[in-house]
Amino acid sequence: MANVVTSRKACTVNPLKMSQPIGAALAFLGLDGCMPVLHGAQGCTSFGLVLFVRHFRETIPLQTTAMNEVTTILGGMENLEQAILNIVKRANPKIICIASTGLTETKGDDVKGFLKLIRARHPELGDLPIVYVSTPDFLDSFQEGWAKAVTAVIDAVVIGSHNAPVAHLENPQMINVLPGCHLTPADLEELREIIQDFGLHPNFLPDLSGSLDGHVPETFLPTTLGGTTVEAIEAMGSARVTLAIGEQMRGAAMALEMAAGVPYVLADRLTGLEASDRLHGLLAEWSGRPVPAKYRRQRSQLVDAMLDGHFFFGGKRVAIGAEPDLLWAIGNFLTEMGAEIACAVTTPAHSTLLEQLPTETVTIGDLEDLERGADGCDLLITHSHGRQAAERLGIPFVRMGLPMFDRLGAAQKLSIGYRGTRDLIFEIGNVFIANQHDNHPDTWTLPRHEAAPPLEAHR
Amino acid sequence: MSTLNDKVTAVFDEPGCATNQAKGTKERKKGCTKQLAPGAAAGGCAFDGAKIALQPITDVAHLVHGPIACEGNSWDNRGAKSSGPLLYRTGFTTDINETDVVYGGEKRLFKAIREIIEKYDPPAIFVYQTCVTALIGDDLEAVCKAAAAKFGKPVVPINAPGFVGSKNLGNKLAGEALLDHVIGTEEPEYTTPCDINIIGEYNLSGELWQVKPLLDELGIRILSCISGDARYHEVARSHRARAAMMVCSKAMINVARKMEERWGIPYFEGSFYGISDTSDSLRELSRLLVARGAPEDLVARTEALIEREEARAREAIASFEPRFAGRRVLLITGGVKSWSVVSALQEAGLEIAGTSVKKSTNEDKERIKEIMGGDAHMIDELPPREMYRMLREARADIMLSGGRSQFVALKAKMPWLDINQERHHAYAGYVGMVELCAEIDRALHNPIWAQLRKPAPWEETTTAPALAKGA
Repeated sequence: MANVVTSRKACTVNPLKMSQPIGAALAFLGLDGCMPVLHGAQGCTSFGLVLFVRHFRETIPLQTTAMNEVTTILGGMENLEQAILNIVKRANPKIICIASTGLTETKGDDVKGFLKLIRARHPELGDLPIVYVSTPDFLDSFQEGWAKAVTAVIDAVVIGSHNAPVAHLENPQMINVLPGCHLTPADLEELREIIQDFGLHPNFLPDLSGSLDGHVPETFLPTTLGGTTVEAIEAMGSARVTLAIGEQMRGAAMALEMAAGVPYVLADRLTGLEASDRLHGLLAEWSGRPVPAKYRRQRSQLVDAMLDGHFFFGGKRVAIGAEPDLLWAIGNFLTEMGAEIACAVTTPAHSTLLEQLPTETVTIGDLEDLERGADGCDLLITHSHGRQAAERLGIPFVRMGLPMFDRLGAAQKLSIGYRGTRDLIFEIGNVFIANQHDNHPDTWTLPRHEAAPPLEAHR
Repeated sequence: MSTLNDKVTAVFDEPGCATNQAKGTKERKKGCTKQLAPGAAAGGCAFDGAKIALQPITDVAHLVHGPIACEGNSWDNRGAKSSGPLLYRTGFTTDINETDVVYGGEKRLFKAIREIIEKYDPPAIFVYQTCVTALIGDDLEAVCKAAAAKFGKPVVPINAPGFVGSKNLGNKLAGEALLDHVIGTEEPEYTTPCDINIIGEYNLSGELWQVKPLLDELGIRILSCISGDARYHEVARSHRARAAMMVCSKAMINVARKMEERWGIPYFEGSFYGISDTSDSLRELSRLLVARGAPEDLVARTEALIEREEARAREAIASFEPRFAGRRVLLITGGVKSWSVVSALQEAGLEIAGTSVKKSTNEDKERIKEIMGGDAHMIDELPPREMYRMLREARADIMLSGGRSQFVALKAKMPWLDINQERHHAYAGYVGMVELCAEIDRALHNPIWAQLRKPAPWEETTTAPALAKGA
């Protein structure tokens, strides 16, 4: 049971948090043929773009309405209209997704109203889906922006298609999957394979494994290349069930249930033995098939990895800085392996889970808070920006989350399911092994004074 | 805001700027920000530009007053190196929330400044304005003034909110802030007749250190580099230099010109990219210094150094020539002195398949024509799709550009080198050109290209048809 406290500093030092609009933009990047747009100044887009390029090492389609002083004051309708028309002309996308920013929210642009007027003025836009989500920079964080964006896509596309007189028959083989932003393309690929091995058809929204898994396409497109298609989103209403991953996706799953009557199940995490057992149990139930032999074998491998690895995790003190759902997944996994969460720092979110994290305090704060709390810990876990803190503290550092700009393969880091958990044990366990303290002649020197304190085991 | 507007107008009417001088009065009034096309724009904002220009001052706390996006999405992502203090790599932001937007963020800003002074005690704090805090009317200047008085420490307002314009405008506004609040506020302990300033050099990947040994040998002291590897006090004392070199002409010309106006420091525009450019710059520096009282033998010593170092570099570069014969380079830079890199590459025997001139001045373009002769392929705008086609059709053998277009080249299975601000290699001075050639060589001749361009054994052609064609 954790006490959740908010850092009361006026100055954030070394931010852990990133802004909502780029969380939304990342979700939109998991749609096929999409052009995400930030309604703000060009810098809002440019910073997000550079961040994603450095993390994924891929071209990132991301546009801007290029607001300036004057257009901000007068309202952004014309810029939005021009942006949409320019994008349609230059990139011919299958869907355009717009997120607002702190700038245009401060002004108070009524983007929904703008879009109605723009559609009326430009019948040539036809049925081109245009999604809008409100994501002011001065509220919430990256994870929340992602979740709101997915909900907005459901509202605009699924509900939009349900208004049309098309009969949606339930497809008992299809399940919707709503992954949180803490899952990597490799995680999504693994999950797809697991679900398919039960004979079920997963329908991911969004699907970064289609667009940002790092592949070399045979052609150049100015929009996203791969990801969830508009048709697949429209078909979500006919799935038998929705699997939402991470507390952040509850809102989106509920929106889908309300709109199309698809019930949902929320998996708070997919990392760890029991968490993976729950997943495979659910899939067995939904498919009516036994768990395939492949996964029984993988489970056995994970059990063995836990046996081999627990020696190195036991009693280790770990400091973690991550957004709530990633913190929840990694924190619980480490605790289950015998480690202790000595310091947990996270970003603001509407999550009730944080209070249940097995640690004393969860701080909503920054990497300065994490650095203070990590002093004397055996391991620091956070995104790449933790590198300076780890160096100053002289403790080992494992990178997790986004951005990861100073290592290769951010998109291919796997940490879910039996196989992913097994590999995570190896990755972190190896860091512990590499940093074991060797004993030397002075390790057990006796205290000078005659009244010796009680014996304490050496750690 | 009127003061900011005045600044922007003044910066646009820069008499030292060749582009500006070439314009008619009417055109000049419009300023030089091109109206950006919504939905078809790329590039950073004025805040980004200001941060790029000033963040290299290593011992200053750089505090961003705004919502999390401005600092949270971008901190510690630039390659400026420090020989000492590391405070410039710490991200400070007021991370304003909804309440601040409604009630104003001035109090939070003041408290944030206090917290930084209590915890980090830097020689100065630079406070950056952003769009949202500008829009709600937070008076940055007033808060900084009050904080400076209260804490007895320089607190410098950098008024370049993103929405006033481009990155380049941000560079200039950052320069204005230095002129208004920093330069000339302190006196150096001592001066020498060979003190210089280098303006517009950011020490990316440590490039300043490729040049500094040359200056050291000549006895030329860098009083201040603005702003690569600089310390606050150095910049504050930089007005006592005898001469200045302006490295990145479009970024900080206002600083060089106004320092000449106020303190009589003559400046010239030079470059440390390319062998002959480096030599010309050293010559010009020593000429300016001698004209202002430096020992006359400086000129001869400079010539001797140039002769020795040029010979060393040319010998090293000559070894690449056979490996570069017939190879073509596509050069897409931010336009910053592309002519200077062009001449350097030609010295190594590479052909230039094309060079971007999007941000180059007319003068720059003339120079490119001069260097490249009749076959100057100047590219004004190259959309990624066209860039991809060019590379895919092998109209060039390697592309040199910024990180933004990196994957256009790589996905076309084409060698690529980073020559923008995030790069990891240093290419300045004589050693830098040798390093650039070595990097181009490594990229061109890496064995992966031969394997990658071969089709999978079950495919028939190298250029497999696009998936869309029904594969």
